[in-house]
This record gives sequence, structure tokens and C-alpha cells, in this order.
Amino acid sequence: MVVGMMKIQNDTHMRHVISLVLENEAGALSRVSGLFSARGYNIESLTVAPTEDASLSRMTIVTSGSDDIVEQITKHLNKLVEVVKVVDLSESAHVERELMLVKVRATGKEREEMKRMADIFRGRIIDVTDTTYVIELTGTQAKLDSFVGAIDAGLILETVRSGICGVGRGDRVLKV
Amino acid sequence: MLLTGAEIVIRCLQEEKVDYLFGYPGGSVLYIYDELFKQDKVRHVLVRHEQAAIHAADGYARSTDKVGVALVTSGPGATNAVTGIATAYCDSIPLVVISGQVPSAAIGQDAFQEVDTVGITRPCVKHNFLIRDVRDIASTIKKAFYLARTGRPGPVLVDIPKDITAQKCAFEYPQTVSMRSYNPVVKGHQGQIKKALQLLLEAKRPMIYAGGGVVLGDASEKLTALVRKLGFPCTNTLMGLGGYPATDRQFVGMLGMHGNYEANMGMHYCDVLLAVGARFDDRVIGSPAHFASEPRRIIHIDIDPSSISKRVKVDVPIVGDVGEVLGEMLAMLDGTPERLDQDSLAVWWKQIDEWRRRDCLKFNQGEELIKPQYVVQKLWEVTGGDAFVTSDVGQHQMWAAQYYKFDKPRRWINSGGLGTMGFGLPAAMGVQLAHPGSQVACVTGEASIQMNIQELATCKQFRLPIKVVMLNNRYLGMVRQWQEIFHGNRYSESYMDSLPDFSRLAEAYGHVGIRVDKPGDVEGALREAFSRKSDLVFLDFQVDQTENVYPMVQGGKGLTDMILSAEDL
Repeated sequence: MVVGMMKIQNDTHMRHVISLVLENEAGALSRVSGLFSARGYNIESLTVAPTEDASLSRMTIVTSGSDDIVEQITKHLNKLVEVVKVVDLSESAHVERELMLVKVRATGKEREEMKRMADIFRGRIIDVTDTTYVIELTGTQAKLDSFVGAIDAGLILETVRSGICGVGRGDRVLKV
Repeated sequence: MLLTGAEIVIRCLQEEKVDYLFGYPGGSVLYIYDELFKQDKVRHVLVRHEQAAIHAADGYARSTDKVGVALVTSGPGATNAVTGIATAYCDSIPLVVISGQVPSAAIGQDAFQEVDTVGITRPCVKHNFLIRDVRDIASTIKKAFYLARTGRPGPVLVDIPKDITAQKCAFEYPQTVSMRSYNPVVKGHQGQIKKALQLLLEAKRPMIYAGGGVVLGDASEKLTALVRKLGFPCTNTLMGLGGYPATDRQFVGMLGMHGNYEANMGMHYCDVLLAVGARFDDRVIGSPAHFASEPRRIIHIDIDPSSISKRVKVDVPIVGDVGEVLGEMLAMLDGTPERLDQDSLAVWWKQIDEWRRRDCLKFNQGEELIKPQYVVQKLWEVTGGDAFVTSDVGQHQMWAAQYYKFDKPRRWINSGGLGTMGFGLPAAMGVQLAHPGSQVACVTGEASIQMNIQELATCKQFRLPIKVVMLNNRYLGMVRQWQEIFHGNRYSESYMDSLPDFSRLAEAYGHVGIRVDKPGDVEGALREAFSRKSDLVFLDFQVDQTENVYPMVQGGKGLTDMILSAEDL
């Protein structure tokens, strides 16, 4: 564990989860994605949807880069006229969740095994046919990765992942 | 009373007290042009190419503290405007550009003269809008002006579909703007300013490095006061020229790739650097690694947080309006009993004066060939150092920056960030319209001028007595210089054959053209040109083809690696 943490701290390309609140307007998403492509920043995942206040959207971006680069990313995001607030969630305690839907072949003895694996990972089977299951799984990126690693790769028909949503723990609130 | 969208657009411009609108009509903006026709408050300047409309609005904005305004049609009108918009964006110039768009229902149908203007311009505007409802026109234009001129200024584009300019609604121009997502910082952090002042007072080898932000923020008086009070050396970037008086003893000249020896050396070897409204760009500090090799503490004042610690790590960042922050700093300086270490400062000045004695801008004007530097020097003398000087891009731009000593801000108008050839003449049109009685010179080259030479017609139509000072070396001079130094004298495509007879070309447009071949005729030609108060005079100076711009720091090298003359090659 300790060794693992050291490694992360020394890594110049640390993973960051950036959360932003922006005006829910046409073109706002392309301003954000255009900023990343124009300046050569990474986007590992990006999710966006309107909030309880329909005039605002909440976006979670997973990116990676050195501290200097991530500082520039947050500054440039703040500079976009439609962006109301930006927070680097990874600066302190937060929770992340991602949703994955996996369609798998479920026939013969694999059918029971697949059901078991879904249960072990607290997944739910949300579509059933004679030959396939669709498994819904929620968790951290690492958990979803390990599920994909745990089942027989040859049985995976398709996977679709939402990208992560994140929120700060406790009293830390990102609100306008 | 209900007004059409087109009427509302014009009423908004009137409310913003726009006196000149630079533009070119077309299908999608016909309703707007019809309303322009019916009024006389907003005067329209008909350019010959949309790029020139934006540059003219840009020159107007740079030479005043107002927002430049342009109007173009959809499709090619908008794409032609892109170079102008990007030029303004790179130099943070406040513009509002109104573009026509195909009717709402036709958007996305690949209609005639349709492009995704908002999409195309998105990376080169501060912000842009596509209007979808006639009721949004007034509030959007209000926002556009507000965004363009506040914070770090920049161009804002408003795209208006044709049908919306014909629809009607009630007109009310908002008095104020409030945007929850946009609140630029104005005042600097007190603690940081105090810390900065402390550093400055402890400095042994200080340097003040001021950029375009000082000009844009109308802060040159405060900068000058601070520099004089501290007694420190001051350098300006290409964009900052005029921000500190160039004829002052404490001015060490422009810095950077073609900066003065003493400015670059001082920048590198100082122990405390105060950067004001500048951004440490590649043409200014060269290699960041080389720059970081010498220890120094850096204070950086800028309105844009993303400009701070971008290429160079800063010790004391101060986000705020440069004028506000400099004002605070001056007030604090008056209030503090601490004083500078005058002995160290005297030693530092001795060093700077030693560097100065290299006289890095010296040149020899012989009997035969006109030296381009000599033309600019004479231009400065003949205009009493008081002209507005626009330039294009290349060697002539650097010579203008080096040899015309700008004592006032907003006098030097050039495309610094984007480096847009073709900028000079249309920019001069905007400057001349903003300052009708003033001397306006466009220092250009025979290559750059041809990128927007059609604007000579606009100059005729609007009787703009600009003086075009063309340094004609029959080469793309800066390209040729790089090919000479870095590409073994292989002048690939940098020689221009079949040049027109420029003086006769100017005459064909209805202007006065003068060709000058001999050094002895330079001053006389300039005097004659400026004595013709109501004519555009096109001066074609045939200059030494082999002349290079020195000093020169090669791209990617350190500031102290300067080539000072041909002997260093």
C-alpha cells in the first residue's frame, strides 16, 4: 500500500477529477472539449447532464497531467465565459461512481457462472434472453475494470461505460 | 412600439455610441444594411475585403480605448473575417463582430453561404453567440460589448440568422449586465501587493518588464510613475511599446527575439523581475529552461490568471487590473518608510550602461543603398515622434519597433501575437478615422502590403490621408533572413518576381505615389508626404536587399545568445 501511494505521488501524470458547473447552453460542451483539444490536454472521460436547476449543467472530467498542467486546465476552464465554478475533486476526499452496461453471452454452464459473477460484484441483470444477459454495474473505475477482467473476455459482446461522476465528501459542496 | 431585429441591432450600436462600423454587405445582413441606410449616427465604412473590416475595427480599438465594431455577412463573409478575429484575439483587442447567418430554418441544411460561424470562430474569440430569438438581440449585444471590454479584452462575435433580423419585438436596451459565470477580478490582493513591494525594495538588480496589458489597461502613466519613483530599468515587449516613454533614460528598449542587448541581458541577469501585463511568450524569453537557469524572483501582475505561471514559474502572482494594482503599489510605496539599496542599484545601472555601450542598433547608412533602419529613423524625426504607426509583419515590423521611439501608448499598432501580414493598411484606416487630424503611417513591406492592397480603394472613398512607408527589398525579408542563417542561403520561394510599380499602382487608385532610390532623397520624400495633409501618399523605398534584423535570438535559444551583427554569424 505504502509503496503504491508513493508511486502515485511521484507520478508526474497524476489522474485528476475535475468537476464543473456551467450554463446549460448550446455550445458550452464544445467550448470545454475544444479547450482540451486545442491545448493538448487529456480527457479520459467526460460526463455532463443538467442539474436540479435546469439552467445549469454539471460536468465531471477525468484528466491527467502534471500539477502545472492541471493548474492551467482549471484556470482555462474558469476563463470560459459559460463556466460558473470549477473544482479539482481529487484535491481532497471525494466519491466517484461510474455506470457500466455489459452484454455477455450466457449459454450452457456459462449462464450460471455469469449470474454468480454479477452477484459477487453487486451487479444486476437488467435484460435476459436465451443466449445473453445485460449486466448493470456501478462503482469506481477500478471496480468496473476488475469485473471486466474477472469474466471470460470471449463472452463479452459489448460494454458501454458512462464515464465517472464525482462529488466531494462531507460538507464540501459545489453549488452556485 | 415593435422594432425589427435589424432595427434593434442598429439601435444597440447607437446605444453603445458606436461611431464607425466597418463592414461589407451580403444576403444575410440585408435587413441590417437597410436599417443602417435609414440613419446617420453609426457611420459605415465599406471595406474591400472582410478581413480588412476586422483589422480596421481592430486598429480603431487599439488606438482608442473603445470597442471596435464590424459587420459581415454569412459564409465567406464570416470566414474572411476569421483571420482578423484571430489577430485581435491573440493581442486581446476588444471587438464586437456581428455576422449574418442563413435563416434559422436553413441552419444545418447546407444552405447557400452557410457555415457554422460560431463553431469556426469558437477557438479564436473571447466568446460568441448564436441568436435564436429576436427578443435576445438587445441583451446579447449588451453582453457582447461588456465581455469585449472587461477583464482580459477580446473579440466577441454575435451571429444573427436573417429571419430574426426581420422579426419584431419591443426594444429595451439593458442598462447593466450581470452574469453569474463571468466576474473578472479588478482589484489585486493586498497581501500579494505588499509582498511584491517588499521584494522590489530588497532588489539589488531589479528589472521591470511591461507588456501590452499596460497599454490595454491604460496604465502607462502609473507604470511610468512607479518606474521613475523606484529608479529601476524598464523594458517593453513588442506589444507594450509606448507603455513607457522610449526616449526616457530608464528605458532599455524592447526585449525578446529582436530585443536590445541591454534589455535581454538585464532581463536574464536581474534578481527581481516585475512583469506587468506581459506573458513571457516564446518571442520574448526564448527558451524557458534557459531563462530559468539564472535564479531570480518574479512578480507577475496580470488580469488573466491563466497567463500566470504558464511558461515561467512565478513567485508572487497578482491577479487584477494592472492600473489598479500599480496604483495600489504606488500608494503603498509612498506609505512605507523602507527605501531601496541605492548602492546596489548604482552598480546595476553601471552594468546596464556597459551593455548599452554595445550600441546594438547601430547601422551604417552609406551613399548608395538605402538602409531600412534609416527610413524608420527619419520617419521618427519627420513626424516628431508623434505619429500613429501601424505595421505589417516581418523585418519592417521589427525595424519600426526598434527605431521609432514611441513615447505614448496606443501609438504603435501591430499584430504581435498572430503575426498577420496584411494587417497594417486596414488597421491604419481605423486609426485615421479615430484620429482624423493625426499623422498616421503604415510601415510595411512589398509582400505584406499586397495581402490587403485593395484597401487603397477604401482609403480613397473615405479620404484617409495615410502615409504608406514601404520598405521594398524585393524579398520576403524575414523568411530570407532565416533562410540565410538557418538554411544555408537557400532562398526557397522568398524572392518575389513581377512586383508591380507601386507608385503607379497607388496613382491608379487615385493616390500619390513616390518611389525613392537614394539615401539622400529619403528625408525629402517623407517631408513631402507628410506635408500633403489630405492625400494618401504611397512611398516606395527601394532598400538594401541584404539587410538583416539584429540583434537576433534564434528560436528556442536563450535570451543571452544574441547575434548582434553579420560578423556573429
